[in-house]
Amino acid sequence: MDFYITALIQGLCFAGIAFGIYLSMKIFNIPDITTDGSYTLGGVVTGSLMTHHQSGFVIVVLVIASGAVAGALTGIIHTKLKINALLAGILVMTALRSVNLIILGRSNLPLLGVSSLFSSVNLLANPNQNSFIISLLVVLVLTIIIGYLLKTDFGIAMRATGNSEIMIRALGVNTDRMKIIGLAVANALTALSGYLVAQQQGFADISMGIGIVITGLGSVIIGETVINLLKVTSVWLSLVFVLTGAIIFQLVLAFTLSIGVNANWLYGVTALFVLIIVGLPRLSRRAA
Amino acid sequence: MISVKQLQKTFNTGKPNEVIALSDINLEIGAGEYVVIVGSNGSGKSTLLNLIAGSILASKGTISIDSNDVTKLAEYDRSKWIARIFQNPLLGTAADLSIIDNFRLAALRTKSKGLTIGKTEQFKNTVRERIATLDMGLENKLEQPIGTLSGGQRQALTLLMSVMDDCQILLLDEPTAALDPRSADNVLRIADDLIKKFKLTAILVTHNLRDAAAYGTRIIQMHEGTVLKDISGTEKDTLKQNQLFEWFA
Repeated sequence: MDFYITALIQGLCFAGIAFGIYLSMKIFNIPDITTDGSYTLGGVVTGSLMTHHQSGFVIVVLVIASGAVAGALTGIIHTKLKINALLAGILVMTALRSVNLIILGRSNLPLLGVSSLFSSVNLLANPNQNSFIISLLVVLVLTIIIGYLLKTDFGIAMRATGNSEIMIRALGVNTDRMKIIGLAVANALTALSGYLVAQQQGFADISMGIGIVITGLGSVIIGETVINLLKVTSVWLSLVFVLTGAIIFQLVLAFTLSIGVNANWLYGVTALFVLIIVGLPRLSRRAA
Repeated sequence: MISVKQLQKTFNTGKPNEVIALSDINLEIGAGEYVVIVGSNGSGKSTLLNLIAGSILASKGTISIDSNDVTKLAEYDRSKWIARIFQNPLLGTAADLSIIDNFRLAALRTKSKGLTIGKTEQFKNTVRERIATLDMGLENKLEQPIGTLSGGQRQALTLLMSVMDDCQILLLDEPTAALDPRSADNVLRIADDLIKKFKLTAILVTHNLRDAAAYGTRIIQMHEGTVLKDISGTEKDTLKQNQLFEWFA
């Protein structure tokens, strides 16, 4: 049972990435590759500040700021230099590896001795359940903030940007600015995932972000599949489904491991799982 | 209202495939005028419209709106005067967004899109009343994604959206080219009503000579980047479709 609670916590921790990818898909129609780098950035900033005994508040603010800067950079490269969004993300992600190494000073930093969000806040006696409640609360706050943002006039303009750029420009929106801000928000969310995961697993690692974009993408696709199936139009419900997608994704991976599949195959299983979710609706649509 | 002086637009300047889309256009369009522009493909009609809207910038010359020089202003900065209807109904609306979200954005065309929720019940009621005037039964589908509607419905809604906010100039770039004849008639009639009701200055680019004869207070024929004919007043009012056909003979 503990095994699945851990997977549940993992899923909640990845909610930030899922929301981040959801936003970048709305703005660009493609997932933002910066994610790999900004997730690790969130983790290493957390780790290095924690070992320097900074207050939790300072850590959260700096994590959000660092992710936002990374995202804004991708946005600026894409809009001002007219470089393909995919390539812009890859460039920033690559550069971030150096940044992350310099911040961390080494490739792996254990955080077991220092007090973390999960060890300093005690709501329940069982540490696993305690972590679950804390991550649930954090994700709840995130969901409310993002949901509110998307419902505001600014949020509507943001959602429309990826949909019909020509229209939104004709309606007086500076789409370049919108993309830069949108990517900053998306990557700040992603960095928050890194912040949670580093504390939850008890270490920051330079390679923790490799391939993490697929986690966000998989979560969003699971969510969108349900959203399209049920013809959901509510912003809140959409976010809840994306969040559920993130949790389902981790539960499936946990299940795969629990039935004894070799851990080396985890990436293969991940890719296959995303392929199935993406492919199945298309296959059934063709048959219908 | 719109003043265009010595306007030139060249594409691919200095390259073998250089195209002079507009050469030396001078045009004064007064407030409340409804100008219909006709001309064969490549005559520069759409280029002129895009230059006025700001989606492309002029190579030479100036454009001013309401005595403000807008020649170098970006499209999103000119939107405080201009609303646009595109040839492709898909371009004028955000397909995945609901009807109400699209209208909310349109209602903020000249204002900033802030961090407050503007989609209040009161706003929804306003939109519902406006949409009801279309008589398409869409007033009860406000939460439906606009992409699920037909091209004619979307074009009609786009027209309504253009007057949700303070609007002075309406640019219509072949708004009916993708529509069936009935929807096309409907859309042009709605446009005509709105132009009169809100006293808009409008420019309609069209290939349909029947529409060109039926609508507008002034007609301009363009040819190879220049203005060939420019007719207004009673001469335009009495202009028949057959006479227009002869222009293209």
